[in-house]
Amino acid sequence: MSTLGFPLFPEQASTMAGRIDALFFFLVLVSLFFASLICILIIIFAIKYRRRNDDERPPAIPGNLRLEIVWTTIPLALTMVMFVWGAKLYFVINAPPNDALEITVVAKQWMWKVQHPEGQSEIDELHIPAGRPIKLMMTSQDVIHDFFVPAFRVKKDVLPGRYTTVWFEATKPGSYQLFCSQYCGTQHSGMIGHIIVMAPAEFAGWLGGGATTESMAGAGEKLFQRLGCITCHQPNDSGRGPSLVGVFGKSVALQGGRTATADETYIRESILNPQAKIVAGFQPIMPTFKGLISEDGITQILAYLKSLKREQRVQEKP
Amino acid sequence: MSDASAERRPHYLNVNYGLKSWLLTTDHKRIAWLYLIGVTFFFFVGGLFATLIRLELLTPQGDLVQAETYNKLFTMHGVTMIFFFLIPSIPAVLGNFLIPIMIGARDLAFPRLNLASWYIYILGGLFTLSAAAAGGVDTGWTFYTPYSSIYSNTHVALTVVGIFITGFSSILTGLNFIVTIHTMRAPGMTWFRMPLFVWAHYATSIIFILGTPVIAITLALVALERLFHLGIFNPEVGGDPLLFQHLFWFYSHPAVYIMILPGMGVISELITCFSRKRIFGYDFVAFSSLAIAVLGFLVWGHHMFVSGQSVYASMIFSLLSMLVAIPSAVKVFNWTATLYKGSISFDAPMLYALGFIGLFTIGGLTGLFLATLGVDIHVHDTYFVIAHFHYIMVGSAVMAYLGGIHFWWPKMTGRKYSERLARLAAVIIFLGFNLTFFPQFVLGYLGMPRRYHVYPPEFQVLNVLSSAGASILAVGYVLPLIYLVWSLRYGAIAGMNPWRARGLEWQTDSPPPTNNFDVTPIVVCDAYAYESAEPEIIYPPGRPADV
Repeated sequence: MSTLGFPLFPEQASTMAGRIDALFFFLVLVSLFFASLICILIIIFAIKYRRRNDDERPPAIPGNLRLEIVWTTIPLALTMVMFVWGAKLYFVINAPPNDALEITVVAKQWMWKVQHPEGQSEIDELHIPAGRPIKLMMTSQDVIHDFFVPAFRVKKDVLPGRYTTVWFEATKPGSYQLFCSQYCGTQHSGMIGHIIVMAPAEFAGWLGGGATTESMAGAGEKLFQRLGCITCHQPNDSGRGPSLVGVFGKSVALQGGRTATADETYIRESILNPQAKIVAGFQPIMPTFKGLISEDGITQILAYLKSLKREQRVQEKP
Repeated sequence: MSDASAERRPHYLNVNYGLKSWLLTTDHKRIAWLYLIGVTFFFFVGGLFATLIRLELLTPQGDLVQAETYNKLFTMHGVTMIFFFLIPSIPAVLGNFLIPIMIGARDLAFPRLNLASWYIYILGGLFTLSAAAAGGVDTGWTFYTPYSSIYSNTHVALTVVGIFITGFSSILTGLNFIVTIHTMRAPGMTWFRMPLFVWAHYATSIIFILGTPVIAITLALVALERLFHLGIFNPEVGGDPLLFQHLFWFYSHPAVYIMILPGMGVISELITCFSRKRIFGYDFVAFSSLAIAVLGFLVWGHHMFVSGQSVYASMIFSLLSMLVAIPSAVKVFNWTATLYKGSISFDAPMLYALGFIGLFTIGGLTGLFLATLGVDIHVHDTYFVIAHFHYIMVGSAVMAYLGGIHFWWPKMTGRKYSERLARLAAVIIFLGFNLTFFPQFVLGYLGMPRRYHVYPPEFQVLNVLSSAGASILAVGYVLPLIYLVWSLRYGAIAGMNPWRARGLEWQTDSPPPTNNFDVTPIVVCDAYAYESAEPEIIYPPGRPADV
């Protein structure tokens, strides 16, 4: 490959890369087989049955049911193999492991803003440890973007107004290209960055180094107090709003008998558009915080709410 | 009759002269020419945009044009080629000219509606061109929200109004074809005696009618959101940007079949004529067109595998996308089998047809990569996708269009073109095409995203190969323009049936008389009865055509 002076195949740097490439090569093999079969047949027929005199009138062959069945069922069976194999990988790619390290990504025209749970933030760079599953919680401040790391074989759109996730486990230290692959305006091709994969010990050093930063949850707690959320959302259900302790990931009963899962998108909506879903038993009195809180702020609040465990509440009760 | 007498007889071209006789014509054959002029114009406009794109991509830096200009170039390239060239090309030119003749009718069912369709098409084209002249549009031909509806500050509204208008031209053409095929077949022209070209257009017309209104509504909603700030797609006011993608692809995936099905119809005509054989498996080829038209409506979600849609939705769309590949494969196998024990000649239209089969096979097989969930994640929105759909849209649809134009040129004009130059052009186009687009598969798997004005330097060699191929391709496209126009005046007289082809269009004069046949013919045998020396139509004695 390198003898040519330019790459013909991308580097494999994640646990998924080899598995996706295996399926890719299966598809290449099937394609090569059928493309060669058709080409060879056409060439053989074109030579063997070329017109030798202008008055030829070959006998008709109207068709052959058995052949039609054969060339319907064999491709069908092969495509079903592709489908099942591809769907299996897709499920793995869309199910982050529970022990994954969660990092927040906010995309905007035209940069990637990253925040680690420990509080470090980066622009157009993402430092991660090798050998550990990483889950990115992503949202966009404006248009649709897309987080694409070819060496990891991962890609996911990043949408405004909701959260999408992607996960991967890098296998070897190095620097890998990050592209925005959903067209997002003038500087789309400039919305690139690097994923810097480090050995775990080195990564721990990187996290601990530099100025002391506040964790995301800590920043979220401060924001929770500064914006006055705490005045209504008191931990012991005594406020005018529901307690948010332990609510993350749980099912919430809404007015009108519906329920919603308190995931990132629900909480984001409740901050920016509080009237959209009212928790059963409470008045629709919360004002919108649109314009008062940034996307980064919302992710900090989310980190804080995730950190509030049910046990804490029990301890706080006496 | 002799060639000389054919030349003296009145036909649709010499029946009257003057601009007015063309601009107010209701003759489907003349309207086909109006469309031919329109689509040729838009093809070269779209080609000019493509030329500038390939020139910019010669170097990794953005040095020829600025990022804004580049984004407008690929948008205008896509919009022009898809909505103003590919969609109308085969149906509105060849379909318009041939469908009535192939089924033994005098014209389409609604001749004035047919002319109106052309004016609507031109009006829409002028709107979109005026948007380009006013500064262009930079959303990509896909108009993804909320970029198109809120953030872009280019001429989105004007462009989508142009596409909205042109959509009605497609709808009316589809309506005209369906009614014509149902009601105006000559005596004896049963459904299963129809040429596969007509079947393919019947399937295409169904998509025109069912799909086009959806894109019209979708683009109207984008324009309304831009102008009146409705919260349809904009999440800040409660809209859903993914809703746009569902609506857009609900039309735009079937639109891919609008662009390829008529081409498949052309190929069935060419392969049979130049191997002098009946089509292998007529029923299977005919019904595979309908199967593609129906299944094509159920696969739009395969454009959204990385959009964050539900994994179960993605699974269903992947499965259905696999199924839609099967009728296409069936067609390829049947065309290949048609060659078996035929009498194969290598006239220019056949070179295009054989090229089509090869390129369509590659385009179709690489479509499976994109339908396969795990692999699509990696290649989605990269040059792999660009290469795949150009193999279908250019390698297949344009090859079929050019093959068809060459095949029926003697019928349309009464003249022959230079066969040697035509073969040369076909070979140049085939080679240039592969050099342009094959490297893009490699680029895509390497991870080069589409719509990148600036790209990492390690991708340069493959991009240079691609641009070199594009320059060869450009020569191949300009050549036919020259020798075909030249043949209008200097070409040899073609005669009624220069290819010794079956099919009703070859049983009337070249060029045909205004009413296509002097007397309504009676069809007495199947399509493609190349083994037979018997005539395929007879004329009832003493019945004028216009009873």
